[in-house]
Order: sequence, then structure tokens, then C-alpha cells
Amino acid sequence: MNFIMSNDKTKTTNMKNSDSERSQISGAEALLKCLIEEGVDTIFGYPGGAIMPVYDKLLDYSDRLRHILTRHEQGAAHAAQAYAMVTGRPGVCFATSGPGATNLVTGIANAFLDSVPVVFITAQVTSGLIGTDAFQETDILGISMPVTKWNAQVKKAADIPDTIARAFYIARSGRPGPVLVDISKDAQFENLSYSYRKCTYIRSYNPVIPLHIRDIESAAVMINHADKPLILAGHGVILSGAADELKALAEKGGIPVAATLLGLPAFPQRHRLFVGMLGMHGNYAPNVLTNQADLIIAIGMRFDDRVTGNLKKYAPEARIIHIEIDKAEINKNVRVDLEINNDAREVLTTLLPLLREKSREKWIREFRILDRVEYEKVIRPETEPGQDEIRMGEVVKTVSDITEGDAVIVTDVGQHQMAVARYYRFSEKSTLVTSGGMGTMGFGLPASLGAASGNPGKPVIAFIGDGGFQMTLQELGTIMQYQIPVKIILLNNSFLGMVRQWQEMFFNGRYASTEMVNPDFVALAGAYGIQARSVTRREELSQAVGTMLAAEGPFLVEVAIGREANILPMVEPGASVSEVTLTYR
Amino acid sequence: MKQEYTISLFTEDHIGILSRITLILTRRQINIESITASESAVQGVQMLTMVVTTTPDMVNKVATQIEKLVDVIKVFVHTSPEIICQEIALYKVTSRGLMSGSMIGDLVQKHHARILEVTPEYIVVEKSGNRAEITDLLAVLEPCGVLQFVRSGRIAVTRQVKELNAYLKEMEEAERGGPEKLEVYN
Repeated sequence: MNFIMSNDKTKTTNMKNSDSERSQISGAEALLKCLIEEGVDTIFGYPGGAIMPVYDKLLDYSDRLRHILTRHEQGAAHAAQAYAMVTGRPGVCFATSGPGATNLVTGIANAFLDSVPVVFITAQVTSGLIGTDAFQETDILGISMPVTKWNAQVKKAADIPDTIARAFYIARSGRPGPVLVDISKDAQFENLSYSYRKCTYIRSYNPVIPLHIRDIESAAVMINHADKPLILAGHGVILSGAADELKALAEKGGIPVAATLLGLPAFPQRHRLFVGMLGMHGNYAPNVLTNQADLIIAIGMRFDDRVTGNLKKYAPEARIIHIEIDKAEINKNVRVDLEINNDAREVLTTLLPLLREKSREKWIREFRILDRVEYEKVIRPETEPGQDEIRMGEVVKTVSDITEGDAVIVTDVGQHQMAVARYYRFSEKSTLVTSGGMGTMGFGLPASLGAASGNPGKPVIAFIGDGGFQMTLQELGTIMQYQIPVKIILLNNSFLGMVRQWQEMFFNGRYASTEMVNPDFVALAGAYGIQARSVTRREELSQAVGTMLAAEGPFLVEVAIGREANILPMVEPGASVSEVTLTYR
Repeated sequence: MKQEYTISLFTEDHIGILSRITLILTRRQINIESITASESAVQGVQMLTMVVTTTPDMVNKVATQIEKLVDVIKVFVHTSPEIICQEIALYKVTSRGLMSGSMIGDLVQKHHARILEVTPEYIVVEKSGNRAEITDLLAVLEPCGVLQFVRSGRIAVTRQVKELNAYLKEMEEAERGGPEKLEVYN
């Protein structure tokens, strides 16, 4: 209903807008005006031949549009995604044709798998040359097709406003995702009579789904009758802004809440109903008890294989309710008993009054018993290792204790990412920017500068391993140029740690190409004028973190980590979630 | 477990949509056995009919993934008993071969085929029917010397009275009434 009303409103404003400016401007300028209309104030990008008309106009709009020049297009893509995750508004990323566009692909795919709205603008060679293998021509439309929610090519300046309006509408509505608009160079030069109308409706695309009250009533009955219900909260809870509703629901029903990696900040971790992270390196209790639950309420998550482990042995005792905005995710990996194909917030709001108040203390106690086991066997040795070498878990815990959850936490991919997910205590105040579905090494550094550019009003702390750091470390140049105040914690074990762990566990300890000979990272940061220090002794750790957080600009702390530590627990490949391994060696 | 499905779908008439659809099938290694695409009864709306052989579970997964595409309006999946489908075929046969015996008469009476063109060298025969009927006629004509043979992809309508047609009507009304009425089948 809201959808229709807003539609009507648009119609009226459009009529009123007829007297608005209808001047002749170039396609390049029109593009920038469209972005401003959509509330954009920051663009990440990299110029090149085909996109020069746009960059030229960007100079005239520098008071309203801040452009951040990264050192590689992939960096711009990750930064734009992180910016979107921090601000809740679509990120925008520019790249030129050919290699500029293809360098974006990893970043686009990363945003696609994690459902983050980013509008990618690529330039294309002059329309007459398209298809002729011209210099720096590539079929980015074809290349990006499997990893975008939607894409389009513009060859006439007059088509720019409508296409950009569509792009923003599609990127942020429904299940959000990246979109790409490819604009030929001649369309950037060509003049058009400019007017802008926001897109609120596309015939073949209906992101607003009517609520089926009956299904929600069924869900309430199932929940009210369940003895051992378990909520699985995913990224969708955050995307739909349903964190408060989730909390209210869990509290009313006395239902324990477990989270996926991207869903971690959806529920405060100090809450008595929070039972931990799911999946391969998740917590012991929620993994084991998934297979004892009699009802699973999955909200805004997609049963990724890293969450479910062996599907044949997944949640055998449970009936499953799946609340999910993307219909194609329902029954894709796990067969569900009740599907509610809608926005998480809408559903939870309607569901809440139908729920009976319950405490379910006995069920929650089962989690706490297993928590105790995990604490003794894994968590304590990891966070309080005593005299041993420094462990990732204790570094993360130190930062967590100092920041008390009031931070934007960025990670790269690998062991340190799992350490952050496990040992950082996220709260309502936290934002987590990490690469979930794609597992893109090299995401962390550019994402941290993107996140900090979103002015989150709290420190942006990036945990990055020595491997991932060196995949995109050229972005130190961007951090230097714009003095972006990111706090980098480089967890250095001189190994590609996660791969080394798998080699140790599943490939007879044969360390094939996982050992790294690293540069002097502190000197490297120094070369970019970034303050840095190295920590090799436990006693220096909290003081170094304190100095880092107190510093005004960017700061890097390199921590020498025990070289061959493993992330546990682990649901080994092919194992069921209840067969989670607590100890190894 | 695997069986033949006819996937019928309506899309906007936009460049690249077929590519997006086939990507989804390719990713799951599903072969498209036949495909036809043309404008539907509503102007600007394309209709696509594809035949695939796969499991019921998989056909539903790919159908929802196809329907999720921004430019796809609606997807229907049918098993063979639920639809009436036809293909059309053209057979170019040597005149000498075909003229001998009672073949010509049989063609029209037994096989419900039509003669499109007759020349001293060849005769072009047209037949519509299901896949088996068309293949059968090819076997019959083979001894006469088939110079060329071509068959179309499948087109289909449902046995159910509503569905495709009702959907098209709603589309048309929605077109006229603007976006407000589209809610009905949203």
C-alpha cells in the first residue's frame, strides 16, 4: 500500500516539476546531477580515456561531489561497498572502459553475494566503435551479467537520467545488490535537455510483496508450540532495519538467537539470549543445538554451506520457518516447512503481537552448558594464552574491550576474520564490514577507507592478515592522500593462515605455497606517511591499541602472531554442524 | 527423477535478457532442448518457450531464479500433460522420390501435412505436430530422398483455461490502468 501511495506522490511532484530546469547540458554533467538527486555525495573511482568527460565535469561539481581516487579499480569497488554498508545508502563507483571495468569485477561479485547496493558507472568506447575490439573496449555488460542485479548500456545522452534512476531504484529495493551502467564516451559528450525523475516503479520488478497474514499466523502457532526454537539471524535483518524487532521477538518468546557472519551485529552479543555465531568456525552451542532444535526460524539468511555444513544431516529434528525477501533463496539449499517471502521487518512487526510470552529457560540452559565447554577448551586458551605467543583472539578481545562495541569493524578474509567474528563483542552500536559470500582476500584495506569515508562517527578499525594486506596495499596511498583516519591492525603470522590450517588438518601438513616472506610493514606504512608501530610482546598490546585509537589520523599496528595457530572450533568439510571439532592436536 | 518441462515466460523486450536467462541454466548445466521467442499478445512483451529435461526440484529453483531477473515479468513451468504443444517442420524432398506410389495422398490424409511448393526437382512439405509426429514423418520421407529438413522450437498453451491468457489480460489492463492495478498479481 505504501508503495502505491508513494507512487502517486511521485506523479504529482513530477507535474509540479515541469517548471524545473530543462537546460541543455552534456551527458557527463547530467550523470553528476542525477547522482546528486539521488543523495550521493561521495564517489570512489579511477579515471581513464573513455570516462574523461565525466571526470572533467566532476571538477565543476567538487563542492557537492567528493571523489576519492583509489589506487586500483578493485579498491574503489570495495570502498564503495563498505561506504554503502556504513551509511545505508548505495555506494557509487566510477571506472573507465576496458581494464578499468574488468578490474571492478571482483568488487562487483563481492557486493552481489553480500547483497550490498552499489551503483557502478563504467565508461565505454564511442558507440560507433562498440563491438569492433577497439582500444580499451571490453564487453563489460556481458562480463558483469552474472554478478549484477541488473545492468544496462547507454549510448544516447537523453537516456542517462532514466537509466540512472532505474539503477538506484533497483540497487536499493528488494534484496539490494550491485548494478552497473555502461555509458559510451559520445553519450557523455552529447547534449540533452535535462530533467530528472526518480524511479519508483518497474513493471517487471516488484520488490514490495503483499504480506500474507495467514502465513504469519501459522508461524506464530509453530513458534508458540515449539519447545526448542532457535532463531538464525542473517544480513537481511540488518538490511531491512529489523534489529529492534528481532530483539523484541526473541525477548517475548524467550528464543535464543544465533547469527551468521554478516548477521553478527543484528543482535547484541551481551544479551542473555545471544548464543553465538553459526557455521564452520562458529560457536559450539548453536552448531550442536541446531540439530536438537525442534523449530528453526531463519530470518534474512540463505543457508550458505558455510552455515549448514552437511545438508543431509542438518537440523533433522526441526521444522523450519524461512523469512526471506528473495524467493529464489527459499528451498534452494534447505527444504523449509513454512516460507514467508517478505521483508524481515514487516514480518517480525506483524508476528510480534501473535507471540506468546515464554521463558524457555531449560532450552537456553543447554546452550550455556555447551558454552562452558567451548570456553574451557577454546576461548580461554585463545584469549588468555598466558606465556605463549600472541594469539589473534586476544588481540581482537583487547580491541573489543577497549572499544566496547562502539566501532566500525572491518576485516579482510581468513583466520583473522574468523577471530574477529568470534571474539569481538558486537552490539547495537557496531557495524561489521566483511566479505562473507565471496571471501575476497584484499577486501579489508580498501573497505576500511570506504567505511571511514562514510563518516560513521566512530572509529573504523580494520583487522587484516599479512596475506590479504599485500593484495591491495597500494590503497595506503589513498589513505595517505585523503588522510582517512583508519586504524589498521595487521595480524602478521607470515603465513596464509587459513590455507595453512587446512594443509595442516587435511593435507598432511604439506605447506604448499603458504609461507610468506614479508616486508617491514612499519617501514612501509612510514613510506606512506602513516604512523605505525609493531607489537611483538603481549605487554605492549593494549597500550599500542590505545595509542592507535587516540591518534588523529590513520595508524597501523602490526602484531606478530603465533605462526601456526588454528581457528577452532571447526565444522570440517562434509561434517554435520553437530560434529563440530573443538580440539585439534 | 528427471523429466521434460516446458518453461514459458514473459519478459520485457530488452536487449540481453535471453543471455541472462541462459546464464542461469548454464550455471546449473541444464541443456535447452528447444527455444522459441516472439512477441506475445501484449505489445512490447516477449514470450519465450523453452524445453528442458531436469528434476522437479531443479526446474523450480531455476524458474524462481529466472523470475527474479529484473526484466522478467512472469515464469510458468509445465509438465507435458499440462500443455498442448506444437512444433512446425519443413521437409524438402526430391520430386522424383515423392511422386512415386501413393505417397503424396498419404501425406495429406494420413499425416495432415501440406504441400507448400512443387518444382521439377523438389517438393516442400510442411507439417505441424508434436515432436514424435514430426520425427515419424521424417522417417516416412527418408526413402524419397530428403534434401533439407528443419523444425521449429516448441510453442505451447496450457490445458488450464486461465493462467497464460488470464495473465496476459491482466498485463494489458495494467498497461492501460497504470501501475496501480498491477498490485493484483503482485
